[in-house]
Amino acid sequence: MLELLRLRDDEPTDEPAVTLDSFLDQSNAASVRIEAGDDVRLLFPVLDRVRLVEIDFPKFRDGRGFSSARLLREAGYKGEIKATGDVLVDLIFFMRRCGFDSFAPDKPFDPEDAEAALNRWPHVYQHAADEWVPIWELRHGGRS
Amino acid sequence: MYRYDQYDQAMVDARVEEFRDQTRRRIEGKMTDDQFKPLRLKNGLYLQLHAYMLRVAVPYGTMNSKQMRKLAHIARTYDRGYGHFTTRQNIQYHWIKLEEAPDILAELATVQMHAIQTSGESIRNISADHYAGAAADEIMDPRPWAETLRQMTTFHPEFSYLPRKFKFAVIASEADRAALRWHDCALRIVKNDAGEVGFEVFAGGGMGRTPFIAYRIREFLPQEQIFSYIQAILRVWNRHARRDNIHKQRMKILVHELGEEEFTRQVEEEFQHFLTLKTDFPMAEYERIAAYFAPPPFETGLPEEIDRSDPDFALWVDRQTAEHKAPGYSIVTISLKPAGGIPGDITAEQMDLVADLAERYSFDDVRSTHTQSLVLPHVRKVDLYEVWKALDAAGLGTANLDLVTDIIVCPGLDYCSLANARSIPVAQKIADRFADLDRQLDLGELKIKISGCINACGHHHAGHIGILGVDRKGKENYQLLLGGSGAEDTSQAKITGPGFDEDGVVDAVERAIERYREIREPGERFLDTYNRVGMEGFKEAIYA
Repeated sequence: MLELLRLRDDEPTDEPAVTLDSFLDQSNAASVRIEAGDDVRLLFPVLDRVRLVEIDFPKFRDGRGFSSARLLREAGYKGEIKATGDVLVDLIFFMRRCGFDSFAPDKPFDPEDAEAALNRWPHVYQHAADEWVPIWELRHGGRS
Repeated sequence: MYRYDQYDQAMVDARVEEFRDQTRRRIEGKMTDDQFKPLRLKNGLYLQLHAYMLRVAVPYGTMNSKQMRKLAHIARTYDRGYGHFTTRQNIQYHWIKLEEAPDILAELATVQMHAIQTSGESIRNISADHYAGAAADEIMDPRPWAETLRQMTTFHPEFSYLPRKFKFAVIASEADRAALRWHDCALRIVKNDAGEVGFEVFAGGGMGRTPFIAYRIREFLPQEQIFSYIQAILRVWNRHARRDNIHKQRMKILVHELGEEEFTRQVEEEFQHFLTLKTDFPMAEYERIAAYFAPPPFETGLPEEIDRSDPDFALWVDRQTAEHKAPGYSIVTISLKPAGGIPGDITAEQMDLVADLAERYSFDDVRSTHTQSLVLPHVRKVDLYEVWKALDAAGLGTANLDLVTDIIVCPGLDYCSLANARSIPVAQKIADRFADLDRQLDLGELKIKISGCINACGHHHAGHIGILGVDRKGKENYQLLLGGSGAEDTSQAKITGPGFDEDGVVDAVERAIERYREIREPGERFLDTYNRVGMEGFKEAIYA
């Protein structure tokens, strides 16, 4: 069973993530934890010192973390974004599209289910925080 | 109408496989019921009082005959031989087995249908004017936009786990046949002074336990920016809505708490950001989709005259047909509100007949309405008599559009696990009480809407007369409301006073209606009279 699914090639940081408030107070931290109600935009002025953002899902139907991750990518953040908490394997395709690139679920994934979930969709309908080319672009000469 | 290309088909097929896999994992115990619930809801599958219910999407209420026949087949094969059209233009089946649900979705996919996002906390099926493409008063057909937005809001990665459901509607006329401002987000296609097409955007509407009429957030939005704008609305709501109380998570609550001005400011700010991301589709994609909705080849030189020598037919024509944009054609509404029936219910045989009529007389086009009836949008006037005879023979010839017996009603406690009270029997008793057609015609337009609980699926807030079933110390109790509207004169109905039991509320409705008859001025509908005299003018009569 997969306790951590990481889709990055770089070395993971082992520095424990601190809360957003602590992170903004501490000039030397590089890992930060975003709770569902936190405003991720507060990180934008200090993004250059962030290596890992953990985004917590207290309940899997609480979708605020999707917007938090996508906002980070839209702000140009290139470091790791890890989904933690009640992360169900059925969420990870959309999570990847929003910019998550590692997953540490409370309940470990079945590797086969994770593989199936990541490869579930042949196409996508929208641009998001990833490289997928949406269907409308394919229809008008775009290439995937 | 729109036809899937290989991309759309591949997406729907993948969805069927995903759900098959999820159902298997649930049955194998790899998922708790709590985890499975939101997944099945995203595929329209509810657990109700007696069985599972499957809600199938009818995007913007448009179907062809092949799809209607498939719906009939599903009713026969997997249900009890009938289906139920809903107040969001969808159809639902009430006697479904969980293990057969993936097979039903696979059958739907063969006719380019699905149950994607018909429930759960997602962007729901986009509803539209059921006269779209036929109405004499529309500035254009709103369905190409509805289809474009359907695709853009399907499997949206950021907005698939929203705080609550998100209901969406599009129209393109002054007249509102879609209960526009009762939606979370509503678009009216308009032209500005320069003749450019754009959207008047409304946000924050909804019924339920805390009703709000949507406010106008944008007077004119250029058409090519619509997807950015919608994403901005969704993001502001997704980030800032409460998540601690399911009854306070709809967008209307956030709008109310922030205030319209502040909500608008945040949306406009997020919108400016979205524009920089270049996520909007090009107009070429809109035009590709719009080409599928090109007007059918209407004949010219058709006669306008209708032979009215059969009085029953003449009555039906006067009631059930509306003005079409093409000369010699009519829009036909098929009432699913026969005396003694369940509003919105239709048998498999009736569905097959409607499919045949659509194919033969209406350019293979049939619509569902939010008022739970069906529409044949393009019928030659010379064919009306044949169409009526066929409908009448199948029990579909009722002439009561917008009359007192054309009642909107939710399934209520007869089916629904959320309901507090039965709503269908109340509708049937009212229809029975006012069965005399001359009496109905004398009363004119009068819209009764009945919900079996405060979730308001029966639109009671928008009824000229609304009825809300509640549970009062273990007994069914019915509150009476007056003065609502889901049309262009949108308004929210007000409670008259203390509630009634089942028979009592039917009597109270009759007393309110008799009061209207006594005090109406020439040409006034029930709603007009109410608006003139207010609750005070009715209260005494109701509680006499």
